[in-house]
Amino acid sequence: MSFTLEAGQVVGLMGDNGAGKSTLVKMIAGNFRPSEGTMRLEGREIVMHRPIEARQHGIEIVHQDLALCNNLTAAANVFLGRELRRGIGPLKVLDYKTMYRRAGEIFRELKSETRPRDLVKQMSGGQRQAVAIARTMLSEAKIVLMDEPTAAISVRQVAEVLNLIRELRDRGIAVVLISHRMPDVFTVADRVIVMRRGRKVADKAITASSPEEVTGLITGAIEQV
Amino acid sequence: MAVTLDQTIEQRQRSRLSEFVGSQTFWVLVAVLLACLFLSFATDSFATAKNLYNITRNVTFVAIIALGMTLVIITGGIDLSVGSVLCLCSMVLAVTMHAGYSIEVGISAAIGTALVVGAFNGVMIAYLNFPPFVVTLGMLSIARSLAMVASNNTVVFQFGPDHDKLLALGGGAWFLGIANPVLYMVVLALLTGFVLRWTRFGRYVFAIGGNEHAATLTGVPVRSIKVAVYMISALSAGVAGIVQTGWLGAVTTNIGAGMELQVIAAAVIGGANLAGGIGTAFGALVGAALIEVIRNSLGLLGINAFWQGTFIGGAIVLAVLFDRIRNFRQSE
Repeated sequence: MSFTLEAGQVVGLMGDNGAGKSTLVKMIAGNFRPSEGTMRLEGREIVMHRPIEARQHGIEIVHQDLALCNNLTAAANVFLGRELRRGIGPLKVLDYKTMYRRAGEIFRELKSETRPRDLVKQMSGGQRQAVAIARTMLSEAKIVLMDEPTAAISVRQVAEVLNLIRELRDRGIAVVLISHRMPDVFTVADRVIVMRRGRKVADKAITASSPEEVTGLITGAIEQV
Repeated sequence: MAVTLDQTIEQRQRSRLSEFVGSQTFWVLVAVLLACLFLSFATDSFATAKNLYNITRNVTFVAIIALGMTLVIITGGIDLSVGSVLCLCSMVLAVTMHAGYSIEVGISAAIGTALVVGAFNGVMIAYLNFPPFVVTLGMLSIARSLAMVASNNTVVFQFGPDHDKLLALGGGAWFLGIANPVLYMVVLALLTGFVLRWTRFGRYVFAIGGNEHAATLTGVPVRSIKVAVYMISALSAGVAGIVQTGWLGAVTTNIGAGMELQVIAAAVIGGANLAGGIGTAFGALVGAALIEVIRNSLGLLGINAFWQGTFIGGAIVLAVLFDRIRNFRQSE
């Protein structure tokens, strides 16, 4: 499987269950090590052993299950794995004030009603989604990977998420959108890549394809294009 | 008028105070205070200096270990080996000092033993994916057996040249007449509370208990934190063992037997959730206090000591039951 991502472009990644979409995206996000192959970012080869290294390269991900801890606050979840601390030398404590402030600012930017001090376990699906997306906005991301971001939210919130994806694209970020939902992909994506059983079977501009063709590629009715 | 950013940041679902007042820990604290009040009036001997001294000293050993246990429980694990580790560390201390070494060497050996045991537990659980229950159950047997080997299953009550220093460490009252074990308990509780609330490590402990998968995906070093947590649990048992040895002035191979269940009960009564993700240092103290107040009161009220288990078990069930009812009401 080989492909390129361009800055300021949305790529829809589609395929049936087990096609390998989540696995692929987790490799890019540093969760899994590829057993073979290379990744290049802006011409330089990169190797990532851990998610934090991917984030340092500017690669952010919104996981399918959102990867949230119900027992923590929204702000704590946003900053999970990269907490802000203050202090002198080795004596560092968590910088609650700055984390609440920064999380609040990001939720504002996302036009979400989520409050930084609220516990995630008491939040609606849309608010939880906002927390997961807010993580990607902590630093200057170059690539944002989204694994089924619209799968479990209301219709109104779907429109918001798609708007957000457009906003990310307009900022010059490369967005990879894994989705089962054909209308969403055809609304917001510039390109579509279809995977079947771990292989790429299509990689074309969205305008050069159609929902019927993509469906055929997913099921195998159409072998490859 | 639109809500300002500052207002949004300050708002929360419930204020800190109302959250505490609604918590299981608070209600257990109320129960402890009410029980103490009742006993002060119902009996002559409760509110005496001697009885209170005894209570606080008995609470401390369970409470110190409950602090370490709370950390383990927050991560969603359990440590059944603490009673045996207390015994093993006490025996290592005793045997080392009996052989003529200084108290510093003895304590270092005991602490070192605790850390090795904890690391073993932690590595088995975190890296080899053994269930915590199984590993620590095995260690429960192994540690006690090693204690018997170390002492040839005899009582040790001679602690070499630093004998008096050890007794002062455990049984003295160096600061304002407060029993030393109580002092250690308070310091360790403050330290644990600080770590849980103010450090990144503490945040990660909660994250692992809340959603270990999410913690792994976001780059939290889950495995090394788990190892650390089991080392802390064993360490707390080791510290309790050292202090208890100083207090008792002797070590036998059956000390700490069954203590793990008391410690777990203290942590759970104090509000730690066995499913993980929830727990406090203060709760560990309060839970230990309730258990000891129950035990003490049964004696003072002349109730058959065999009823102790019923009352303590009942306290566990009631404490968690109230919490369940409260959560159920909230979610409606």
